[in-house]
Amino acid sequence: MVRLERRPQHSQLMVYLSPVIAVVLTLVSGLFIFAALGEDPLVSLYTFFVLPISDLYGLTELLVKATPLVLIGVGLALGFRANVWNIGAEGQLTLGAIFAGGLAIYFHESESPLLLLPAMVIAGVIGGMAWAAIPAFFKTRFNANEILTSLMLTYIAILFLSYLVHGPWRDPEGYNFPESRLFPDAALLPLLTEDSRLHLGFVFALLVVAGGWLMLAKALIGFQLRVVGLAPQAARYVGFKQNRLIWFSLLLGGGLAGLAGMAEVSGPIGQLLPSVSPGYGFTAIIVAFLGRLHPLGVLFAGLIMALTYIGGETAQIELGLPAAVTGLFQGILLFFLLGSDLLSTYRVRFGAAVTAKGGTS
Amino acid sequence: MTTVEDAVQPAQRPAAPTGTPLLDLAGITKAFPGCLANDDISFAIMPGEIHALLGENGAGKSTLVKIIYGVLKPDRGELRWNGQAVHVAGPSAARNLGIGMVFQHFSLFEAMTVLENVSLALEGEPLSALRERLLKLSESYGLPLDPDRHVHDLSVGERQRIEIVRCLLQNPKLLILDEPTSVLTPQEVERMFETLHKLSAEGCAILYISHKLDEVKALCDTATILRGGRKVAECDPKRESARSLAELMIGEKVSPPSRPERTVEAKERLVVSGLTAASDSEFGVDLKDIGFSVSGGEILGIAGIAGNGQTELMSVLTGETLVPAAGAITIDGEEVGAQGPAPRRALGAAFVPEERNGHGAVPALSLSDNAFLTAFRRLGLVRNGLIADAPTKSYAEQVIGDFDVRTTGPAAEAGSLSGGNLQKFIVGREILQDPGVLVISQPTWGVDAGAAASIHQALLDLAARGTAVLVISQDLDEIFTVCDRIAVISEGTLSDSRPVGEVTIEQIGLLMGGLHGLEGEGKPHG
Amino acid sequence: MSGADWIVPILLTVITASTPLLFAATGELIAEKAGVLNLGVEGMMLIGAIFGFATASATDSGLLAIVAAALAGGVMALIFAFLTLTMMANQVATGLALTIFGVGFSALLGDDFVGYALEPLPQLEIPGLTAIPVIGPIFFGQDILVYLSFVAIGGVAWFLAKTRPGLILKAVGESHDSAHALGYSVIRIRYLAVIFGGAMAGLGGAYLSLSYTPMWAENMTAGRGWIALALVVFATWRPGRLLLGAYMFGAITILQLHAQGAGFEVPSQVMSMLPYLATILVLVLISRDRTKIRLNAPACIGKVFRPAR
Repeated sequence: MVRLERRPQHSQLMVYLSPVIAVVLTLVSGLFIFAALGEDPLVSLYTFFVLPISDLYGLTELLVKATPLVLIGVGLALGFRANVWNIGAEGQLTLGAIFAGGLAIYFHESESPLLLLPAMVIAGVIGGMAWAAIPAFFKTRFNANEILTSLMLTYIAILFLSYLVHGPWRDPEGYNFPESRLFPDAALLPLLTEDSRLHLGFVFALLVVAGGWLMLAKALIGFQLRVVGLAPQAARYVGFKQNRLIWFSLLLGGGLAGLAGMAEVSGPIGQLLPSVSPGYGFTAIIVAFLGRLHPLGVLFAGLIMALTYIGGETAQIELGLPAAVTGLFQGILLFFLLGSDLLSTYRVRFGAAVTAKGGTS
Repeated sequence: MTTVEDAVQPAQRPAAPTGTPLLDLAGITKAFPGCLANDDISFAIMPGEIHALLGENGAGKSTLVKIIYGVLKPDRGELRWNGQAVHVAGPSAARNLGIGMVFQHFSLFEAMTVLENVSLALEGEPLSALRERLLKLSESYGLPLDPDRHVHDLSVGERQRIEIVRCLLQNPKLLILDEPTSVLTPQEVERMFETLHKLSAEGCAILYISHKLDEVKALCDTATILRGGRKVAECDPKRESARSLAELMIGEKVSPPSRPERTVEAKERLVVSGLTAASDSEFGVDLKDIGFSVSGGEILGIAGIAGNGQTELMSVLTGETLVPAAGAITIDGEEVGAQGPAPRRALGAAFVPEERNGHGAVPALSLSDNAFLTAFRRLGLVRNGLIADAPTKSYAEQVIGDFDVRTTGPAAEAGSLSGGNLQKFIVGREILQDPGVLVISQPTWGVDAGAAASIHQALLDLAARGTAVLVISQDLDEIFTVCDRIAVISEGTLSDSRPVGEVTIEQIGLLMGGLHGLEGEGKPHG
Repeated sequence: MSGADWIVPILLTVITASTPLLFAATGELIAEKAGVLNLGVEGMMLIGAIFGFATASATDSGLLAIVAAALAGGVMALIFAFLTLTMMANQVATGLALTIFGVGFSALLGDDFVGYALEPLPQLEIPGLTAIPVIGPIFFGQDILVYLSFVAIGGVAWFLAKTRPGLILKAVGESHDSAHALGYSVIRIRYLAVIFGGAMAGLGGAYLSLSYTPMWAENMTAGRGWIALALVVFATWRPGRLLLGAYMFGAITILQLHAQGAGFEVPSQVMSMLPYLATILVLVLISRDRTKIRLNAPACIGKVFRPAR
């Protein structure tokens, strides 16, 4: 007989071990999925998870893809701690890209990266914050569920970007393709290494991880976020203002998503396209959970999820598998993670009940 | 057509004490992780008998009745019903046997009507027929109920009536009542005892769970006494003295708290006047024109039945709910009615709410974090925007040491502590901040006798140092033990306060019942 | 030219735009009434859509396709139920995972079907009645899923208001501890409610891929699952208002399509934003009345139930 027994205290070991268990189980499921798709499971698994990062370029690509995931994931993780469910990061990323991209397009003759790039960073952050401010306002003022409003705003943001690149911001010399003009060099983030696409945005991500860690573990605001999420009544009792924390969480998450959007268009993309993200804003939700809502964990989780993206691309090229396999793996990974979370609050016991004296009956 | 007599009449008159027991427990054992809640408990209940299950909080009473009612499964041991070994698979199996249970924490559905609530406990009876039965039965037992009212509109006493009527409608042979009087006025308690005697005379056995000795002596034929999960005695409570019962129940001798010399200062430190506030919750009680003051060195007690505005009053005093009239509450002369908890604490106030888990403490955080939670402003535990770890930890250690909190250390999660230890930690955390005003709600709710005594002593010592202490409690014994003056809250209004020596429990009981006696179905509002 | 010539086609398209929302929201209503918040509606709809489409392509049977879609949605919901009810995982996170999984899995399955078209489900005509002008084609000239959606919402309204199992379901959503103490199996009832919700979402998705636009496209639900979630809030958990809300949203979708077709000077993207803007507006208007929400929302919604063992 298998029973669950509540632990007197959360198991710290399991908190860290459960993501590992989830990843392993996901890989095992991967074997079955590839077999079901008619591929050799081991070869596929290799192609998906090892081949893409078997050379230096692959590794830098991993970091390129991890950059937006980590940037957004840290912001979401802090918000989720406070039970603020911002799931509209994709829209906030899009607005960040639009704000930053707008500057790059308007000043396309600029030759001064020292002026233009910082301005784009600020614009991207403001764009994301502005988009996140809408659900924050509706939540604090009208009690409207931020999950639904932030998500609806994502659809609106993507339509807005589509309108811009089909209309006013379409490249005048672009043969009517729905694309903006290419950004000037002054609007592109500098590369960190030759022969790769790895850009300054990755440094932003590392700084954000460090700052997020400090905020969560050491700062009063991080403590407030944790308390309001774990026990809202206790937060009221000591005078932590819930509405302020909702605003803070959403603005932080939105600002970082906006920064990620800026880094994407100013880094690997270099112009505005109808779609500037393959769903980084949604994947970052998984990254936040997989990283145990902890900034350092988010860094590792971001790398793992980035691997599913480039693995999917490699599998598409090498094996002709549809890119959707990526989403499938991401969903399964989150399922296993949520399931194995149970192990930090409960322990699995085999056999009959054990009394406190240690004897079985 | 079912008559009331059919509905409540058992098959036979009470059997002689020598007959087959109605319910026989043999060697019931139940363990939870880290705690043996029931250890080899055996006793028998005869038909028509009123049997007390007496014990302190944490003695294992609730676990045992949950096993009888099929909510929990015993690890070992056997239940025999009319001499036959039975396996009670769940509450509906228990009901089919003829066991009814009135829970301490009601199992009611707030948003539903009385009739729907009753219907949910009875299988498949048409609502119209059920309504008839309910009306007749509630009339014949003096338990008036309106079937169409929503539960959230009802007082606590009325809610308990639903639970009792719901059980009686199932024609139980055994009725289990878990701490039923904690929500009743002394007068309501008497009415309820009459009902229980009537039931017993009709042959229904009653298992009465309580820790109140006088009630058990007044009502019960037999008492089984539990301590620390074990049965320590079985006796006729009418032949025992309250003192001997208490010793059996508590074990170690608990000495009454010593009252240190203190003088009530002239200076009023906490003053509330003309305080009127609508409740945040649509199910709550509005506060009406409340006024009182507490001076340094004094302990004022506010008595009252649960659900008469204590929650709302506490929320207004802590600053979780603000009142527009800033002058309605003053702390050391400063008007704070419109200010939140932080400025009130800055003025030297401290608060202990009724609920420990999730209100007074965050169960998933460490004791260090929980110490930081309310102390960081007064003790300056934030430096440059960052939490100062070392002083926070040493403060938590100081609380643990000074208040004898049994735990593995400041890193332990608050949720891993027992109720009594966590309450000692919370009270200690507030007291060691050296407050000028302490407001504490239900200081010893669900706490074992030892912890309760040390909390009472700490409150008396704090007052002796010149702090103004306000105790909000439903436990009259507690108020008479620690308070200097007493006031009673009822339906959101507060009586004048009187010195404890000048009032009797009966007078307080009348005030508690104030506006909602048993008679008034159409209870007057406002 | 009589009015009916243009109004009937518009009303007909309103019905087609509303039906998937009505299905999904009806299912979610039951899950939420039992106290479970399943944010995976979008994912379950997509899975229903692709399973329905694939089955129809393979068997040419509309009926089998409908059954397959409902089953697939139900199995998706079963995953959710297992994680949140048995493994006690966070409902918000699990619902998001279900949507992410559903988007990916449906896209993977649908890879081979992109670009194919199906015959739409046949209209079930009722001799005599369908011929009535205006009313006939609207009420008696629909396909089976439209009729089924009305049966579903009507049945759910009756179930919740009039039946004992309906009362028990509401009791479980109102206070799982009380229901447990009375001996009701909270977990089993919630499993059933969640699975019903998934089957309904599956049917909503199937309507899209079998009837609305009888083809498969990645992410073809385009946020309808999320709008269905908002509709349940808009309806303050009442079936009558849910029906009204679903048709209101269907009408908005169609009006903006017609407006785009009529060549208004507004860019098409702005018109396409309308349903999403309307969702936000409606949420804000309804949620503003906190008391109303609190009185109508099932009290246990989204909370994990941990039975004492």
